[in-house]
Amino acid sequence: MQKRVHYNTSYLPYLLVAPQIIITLVFFIWPAMQALYQSFLLEDAFGLSSEFVWFDNFVELYDNPNYLSSFIRTAFFSFAVAGLSMGVALFFAALADRVVKGAQGYRTLLIIPYAVAPVLAGTLWLFLFNPTLGIMTYFLDMIGINWNHKLDSSQAMGLVILAAAWKQISYNFLFFVAAMHSIPKSLIEAAAIDGAGPAHRFRTIIFPLISPTTFFLLVVNIIYAFFDTFGIIHAVTAGGPGNSTEILVYKVFNDGFVGLDLGGSAAQSVILMFIVIALTVIQFKYIERKVEY
Amino acid sequence: MVENRPMTTFISHSVLIIGVALIVFPIWIMLVASSHDALRLTQVPLPLLPGDQFWENIKLLFSSKTFGAPIHLSLLNSLAMAMMISLGKISISVISAFAIVYFKFRFRMFFFWMIFVTLMLPVEVRILPTYEVVASLGMLDSYLGLSVPLIASATATFMFRQTFLTISDELMEASRIDGASPMRFFFDVVIPMSRTNIAALFVILFIYGWNQYLWPLLITTDPDMYTVVMSIKQMLESGESEPMWHMIMLTALFAMLPPVLVVVFMQKIFVKGLTDSEK
Repeated sequence: MQKRVHYNTSYLPYLLVAPQIIITLVFFIWPAMQALYQSFLLEDAFGLSSEFVWFDNFVELYDNPNYLSSFIRTAFFSFAVAGLSMGVALFFAALADRVVKGAQGYRTLLIIPYAVAPVLAGTLWLFLFNPTLGIMTYFLDMIGINWNHKLDSSQAMGLVILAAAWKQISYNFLFFVAAMHSIPKSLIEAAAIDGAGPAHRFRTIIFPLISPTTFFLLVVNIIYAFFDTFGIIHAVTAGGPGNSTEILVYKVFNDGFVGLDLGGSAAQSVILMFIVIALTVIQFKYIERKVEY
Repeated sequence: MVENRPMTTFISHSVLIIGVALIVFPIWIMLVASSHDALRLTQVPLPLLPGDQFWENIKLLFSSKTFGAPIHLSLLNSLAMAMMISLGKISISVISAFAIVYFKFRFRMFFFWMIFVTLMLPVEVRILPTYEVVASLGMLDSYLGLSVPLIASATATFMFRQTFLTISDELMEASRIDGASPMRFFFDVVIPMSRTNIAALFVILFIYGWNQYLWPLLITTDPDMYTVVMSIKQMLESGESEPMWHMIMLTALFAMLPPVLVVVFMQKIFVKGLTDSEK
C-alpha cells in the first residue's frame, strides 16, 4: 500500500491531492448525493415545489412494467453483447496465437474499432443497414429477408447488439492474446508431444488457463454494455421502435432530460449506481484472487 | 509455433483474413461512401468501390456551414476537449498518487477511498445533477465545462500508484540524503521512471476524451462549441429529407481519424498499457 520510507512534510501532500479531491467532491460526490436526495422527492411538472416522498419513486419504478421490461432488456442486451464480442474475439485470438507471420498486421486492423466513438460506430452500422439504402439491406433482400429495424423491434435489438459488440471486439481480442501469450510454451508442447491436436489443446489447456481473463472480460463487457453504449443506441434507434431498445442508461436520459421526470430519473440513477458498485466489487474481488500459473 | 501443420496454418490465415475483412467492412464502406457524390448515394445498390468525388466532398465539407458548425471549428473543439481531459487526468492523478504513496499524512486512506468512489460513478448515471452543478458554476458552453467534470480518475490514480510502488525505496532515500526536496525527487526521478505508463495512459485517455458524446451533447447549446463526434448526430437528424450520407460519412472519417491514428501509431505502448494496467 505505501512505501516503507516516506516524507513527513506537513502541508505538501494535501496540496497534491487537493485538485483530485476537489473535482471528486464537486462533480462526483455532490451530484451523487443530489441524485440520492432527488430520488426521495416528488417534483411537480414545473419544478416549483417538491415533496419528500420516501421510497415512493422506487416503489413506482418497481410497479412500472416499462421499467421492469427495460431491466430485462438491458440484461439480455448486455449478455448478448458480451457473448458475441467475446466469442468472436476469442476465436480470432486463438487463430492469431497460432500464426507467426502477419500477426502484427491482423492486430493493427483489429484494434481500429476500439478508437471509434460509440455514436460513430452506431452511424456506420445504421448506414450499412439503412432500410432503403443500406448495402446489407440489399444483400439481405437478395436472400429473401426484409430488413427494417425502424419497424421490427427484434431487428432493431439485433442491430444495436451487433454495433455494440463490434466496437468491443478489439478490447477483448487484446486481452485474450495477452492471456494466451502468458501460458508457458512447455505446457502446449508437452500436450502436442502426447498427440493432442490444436483443437483439443485449446479445449483442455488454453481455455481453462485463460478463464480468469475470460471472467474479467465478462465483467468489463457487461459494464461497457450497461453504460458506454448510449451513443450507439442514440444514433441507431433512439430507444425505438416503441421502447424495444431502451436500455436503463438510455431511460435515465430519456425520462430525465426529455420526459422531465426528475424524481423517477434520479431513482433510476441510484439503482444504476448500485449496479455499478456491485459490478466493481465483483471485479476487484476477482483481481485479488488472480490465478497464477 | 509448436508443430508444423501447413494446412492448419493456411486455414488459420484464411479465416483471419476473412474475419478481419468483416471487422473492417463498416469502415471500408464509410471510405467508399465519402468518395461518391450525393446522387450516387441515393441509388440502390450502393457502391462497394471508391468513387472520384473525395476531394470535391472535402472541399464542400470545409467550405459549407449548412451542417451545423463549421467542421474545422468542431475538430478544434474536440481536440481541445480531448487534450484537456487526457492531460488533466494524467496530471491530477500522478500528483495524488505521488502523495498517497510517498507521504504519511492524516486522512490518507480517507482520500484514497474518496478517489476510489469515482470509479463507481460513471457520468451516465449522474448526468442530471452533474449538469445542474456545471450550470450553476456557469460552465455551460465552455471548454472547462466540457473537460473538468470528466477529469477525476480513479483508474489513472491506481495505475500510477502501482507504478510508484515498483520504484525502489533506495532511490528515494538516496535523493533525500542528497538533499533533494520531495518535489525535486518527483520531477527528476518519479516522472522519468513512469514515462511509459504516462504515454500508454495518454493513448487510452485521449480516445476516451475525444469520443465523449453524452456529456458534450448536454452542456453545449452554442454550435460553435459542438464537438465533431456529436455533430454527426445533428447531421443524421437534419430535417425531413434523407440524410446527406456522403457528407455524414466524410465527417465520420474526420471524427475517427485522430483517435485511430493515435491508437495505430502508438499501438505497442497502448497494448502494453491496456493489458498491464487494467488487469
